[in-house]
Amino acid sequence: MTSGPPATPGASAPATSTPGAPPGDAAAPDASTPDASGATVPARSAARPRRLRRWLSSAWFLIPALVLFALFVLLPIAIAGYAAFFRWGGFGPPSEFVGLDNFTRMAGDPIFRGDLWRGLVLVLLSLVLQLPLAVGTAVLLNGRMRGRAVYRMVFFAPYVLSEVVTGVLFGMIFLPGGGLADHLVEDLPLLGGLAGRWFSDPSTAMPTLFLVMTWKYFGFHMMLYLAGLQSIPGEVLEAASIDGAGAWRRFRHIVLPLLGPTLRISVFLSVIGSIQLFDLVWVITAGGPSHSTETMSITMFQYGFKRYQVGYASAISVAMFAISLVFSLLYQRYVLHRDLRGAVTAPGAPR
Amino acid sequence: MSTAAQSTPAPAPSAPSRRPRRWTGSLARHLTVWVIGAFIVVPLGYAVLSGFKSTGDLSRDPFGLPSPWRGSNYTGILTSDTFWRQIANSAGIAIATTALTVGVSAMAAFAFARYAFRGREMFFTLFAMGLMFPFAVAVLPLFVLLRAFGLLDNPLGVVLPQAAFGLPMTIIILRGFFRTIPAELEEAATMDGCGRFGFFWRILLPMARPALGTVAVLATVTSWNNFFLPLLVLSQPRWQTIPVGVQQFQGQYATDYALVLAYIVLAMVPALAFYAVAERQLISGLTAGATKG
Repeated sequence: MTSGPPATPGASAPATSTPGAPPGDAAAPDASTPDASGATVPARSAARPRRLRRWLSSAWFLIPALVLFALFVLLPIAIAGYAAFFRWGGFGPPSEFVGLDNFTRMAGDPIFRGDLWRGLVLVLLSLVLQLPLAVGTAVLLNGRMRGRAVYRMVFFAPYVLSEVVTGVLFGMIFLPGGGLADHLVEDLPLLGGLAGRWFSDPSTAMPTLFLVMTWKYFGFHMMLYLAGLQSIPGEVLEAASIDGAGAWRRFRHIVLPLLGPTLRISVFLSVIGSIQLFDLVWVITAGGPSHSTETMSITMFQYGFKRYQVGYASAISVAMFAISLVFSLLYQRYVLHRDLRGAVTAPGAPR
Repeated sequence: MSTAAQSTPAPAPSAPSRRPRRWTGSLARHLTVWVIGAFIVVPLGYAVLSGFKSTGDLSRDPFGLPSPWRGSNYTGILTSDTFWRQIANSAGIAIATTALTVGVSAMAAFAFARYAFRGREMFFTLFAMGLMFPFAVAVLPLFVLLRAFGLLDNPLGVVLPQAAFGLPMTIIILRGFFRTIPAELEEAATMDGCGRFGFFWRILLPMARPALGTVAVLATVTSWNNFFLPLLVLSQPRWQTIPVGVQQFQGQYATDYALVLAYIVLAMVPALAFYAVAERQLISGLTAGATKG
C-alpha cells in the first residue's frame, strides 16, 4: 500500500529538482557511489522512468520490510480505527455505523476509567519505589565489589523469563492458605494480616501485583542505569572527591544529573509498559478480583474476545494507541528533546 | 567476603576510592545486595525445590528441603510428548521469527544507512514510530486480519506479526551500526565489480556479525516469551508454544501445585540457559534499543 513512493505526495526530499545528484543530505555516505542505473546522459523526456529506476535501485531493499510493516502493523491499527465507529461482533464486514457511541460509552465506563487510574497508580509506584531501587542497585554494583558480575546476572534473570512463567509462579506463591507468601508472613507482627489476602482481596491485589512487577522488571531498569553509569567519566568523580565532595554529594550533584537521559528513557519505558501490561495480569488474576487489577489491555481483551463486542474493544484499542502516541510525542517534545539532540541517539545525519 | 574489597588496590575506572573503604561500609553494601538477591532468588529456589516434593509435602512444609526427593514430577513432564512438542513449537517459531526479522531489517537498515533516496526520512520516521505502538493495540484487529488471511492455527500467523513488530527496534539498531562502516569500503568493492547486493551480502553482513548477533538474540527472546499472540492464533494443542502450554497446564492441574511448579521450572530452563550463553548480546541489545529508540 505504501510501496509506490515516487508518487507519494508527502515525500520530503530536498534535492529532487536536480536529477543528476542523488537526493538527500550531503552527510549520506554514498554521495560518491556510482549510479547503478548506468545512464548518465541528462535526457529530460526520460526523467520519470529513470528516476523511478534509480529510486528502486536503492529502495528495493526496503520493500520487504515495508510490506511486512504495512500488513501487520499499520493495517491492523487502521482496521481498529475504522471498526471503532461500528457496533460489530467481529464476523463479516462491520455494517452498523454508530458514530462516536463507542467512545462516549468508553468515557463513561467505570471499568475503563478505573483502568486509566490503575495505570497511573502503577506508573507512580514505579517512579517512587522501583526507580530508586534500580538506581541504587546500579550504583552499588557499579562500584568495586566482589562478585558483582554474579549479582548483576541474578538481578537481571527475571527479565528473561516469560511473563506467563512469572505469573504462574507468583500465583502459586501468593496462593491463599498454603502459598509461600502466607507462610512467610503469618507469624510476623505487621504483615501477618496479609496472609490469605494478596491477590484475592481487591485492596491488596494491586500492591501485590506491583511487587511481582518489581521482581520482574527492576533488573532491566538497573541494567539501563548501569550502562548510563559506565558512560560517566571517572575523572569527574575523582575531581569532585579531591575537592572534598562526599559520596552523597558526588551522587546528588554529579551522578544523578549525568544519569538524566537514562532516567528519562527508563520512565518512558515504564509508562509504555504499563499501558500495554497484559500477560502478567491475565495469567495471575485476569483483572480481578472485581476489576481491581484490570488494565486497558485486559478490558479490551474481555470485550473483544470474550463478549464479541469488537467495535467497543476497537475503541479501547484506539484509546490505547492515542494515549501512547500523545504521550510519546509530548514526552519526546518536552522531556527527551535535549537528549535526542545529543550523542546518545542519532549518531549521524539529523532525522 | 567483606574484607576482600579493601585488600586489592587495583584501579577501578568509575569508583574512585582514595581512602581504604571501611569494612562496615562494605558489609552494608553486601548486605543490601544480599537482601535484594534473596528477593529475586527465593521464588525461583522455592519453585525448584517444590518440584521435588509431592503436593501433600509441599502444603505441609513449604520451606524445608524435600524430605524424600521425588524426581517423578520432573521425569513425568520430561517424558511427555506435550512438553517437548511445545518446546519444539516455541523454538521453531522463534527461529523463523528471528530469521525473518533480522533478514528483512538488515536490508532495510542497509538502505536507510547508506543510500539517499526520495522519502527516506519519511519511511524511517514511520518505522521509528512503530516503537511507540504497544503490541496490545493491534492484537484485536490483527486477529480479525489473520482470520481473513486464513492464518489462524498456522505458525505463520504468529511469525509474520512478530517479525513485523520487531522491525522498528532491529532497523534502528542495525542502521546505527551500518553507518559506522566506512564508505571507502563500498567504493573499493564497487571498483572490484561488486554490485549493491553483493556488497551487502558478502561484505557488510559478515562485518556486522556482532550487531546481527545482538538483534538476533533480542528477537529470539521476545518471540520465545510471547504469549498474547500465540494464545489467540494457535488454539490447537498441536501448535501450542511453551508460554501458552504453561498456562494451559496450570489450568489443567490447578490443585497439583508441586507438578505445576515443576512444569514452570522446566519451562524456565531454556530461557535461562539461553541467557547464560548470550548474556552480553542480550544486554547490549536491550540497552542499545532503549537508548536509541
